[in-house]
Amino acid sequence: MAAETSRLRFSLQGSVLVVEFADRDVLDEAAIRQINSDLVRQIEAAKVANVLICFRGVEHLSSAALGTLITVNSLVKKRGGQLRLSNIKGTILEVFRITKLDRLFQIFESTEQALAAFPKG
Amino acid sequence: MSTSETGADSGCVAISAAADELEALQTCVASAMTRQSYGEHALFAIRLALEEAVMNAIRHGNLSDPAKTVEARWSVTADSAVFHIIDQGEGFDPSAVPDPTLDENLEIPSGRGLMLIRAYMSEVRHHGLGNHLEMVFRREAAA
Repeated sequence: MAAETSRLRFSLQGSVLVVEFADRDVLDEAAIRQINSDLVRQIEAAKVANVLICFRGVEHLSSAALGTLITVNSLVKKRGGQLRLSNIKGTILEVFRITKLDRLFQIFESTEQALAAFPKG
Repeated sequence: MSTSETGADSGCVAISAAADELEALQTCVASAMTRQSYGEHALFAIRLALEEAVMNAIRHGNLSDPAKTVEARWSVTADSAVFHIIDQGEGFDPSAVPDPTLDENLEIPSGRGLMLIRAYMSEVRHHGLGNHLEMVFRREAAA
């Protein structure tokens, strides 16, 4: 499976749906609303339950984007899967730490590390 | 936008609900900060705080009413960047905003804007009924 919307790229790696951002800024509300709806649609249509969101290239994100990640985390858990995040730049990682969302999300340095940490089978 | 004799870059805009107006404000402020040689982390902090402050003002202050505007006044000097974000809403009690970092609030999708503003700015003050937010970013605090 490989798909692309105007703001996101989706691919299947083993039993994990991998999501990447097309934009460097995940800030403005209209864009985040679209990202939210694209993510929910693709996750609900996916035959796999696990999801990895890779932040490679993302330079900015707002609290509205964090809200979308929390919504996606709940959806993935409801489907019996796990959500992982990877490749988060230092300045953005600081936002996760300030909001203590680094306690809620499983964050990995690279997609390889994140993929390897998903349960097998 | 203007530059005063004291070397301050400043400006004042009225923002409705359009994303491009906020983007234009952020571009103006970032240009002024770059002229004053602020670093990347400062630019990141101000961009995030402005986004959160203006969006809070539009959404929670003006209740997304397209007839209402948010006034954004800013001034950037070599030492600090000062912002006033004023909405046309009824105000709010900032002390009543729940702490989003508590375990019981961690999975609530909203309510993190004000805490991010407080984390990245040197000073944050609410004036009047709470619908006038003043944010100050001091350069030495961000070193």
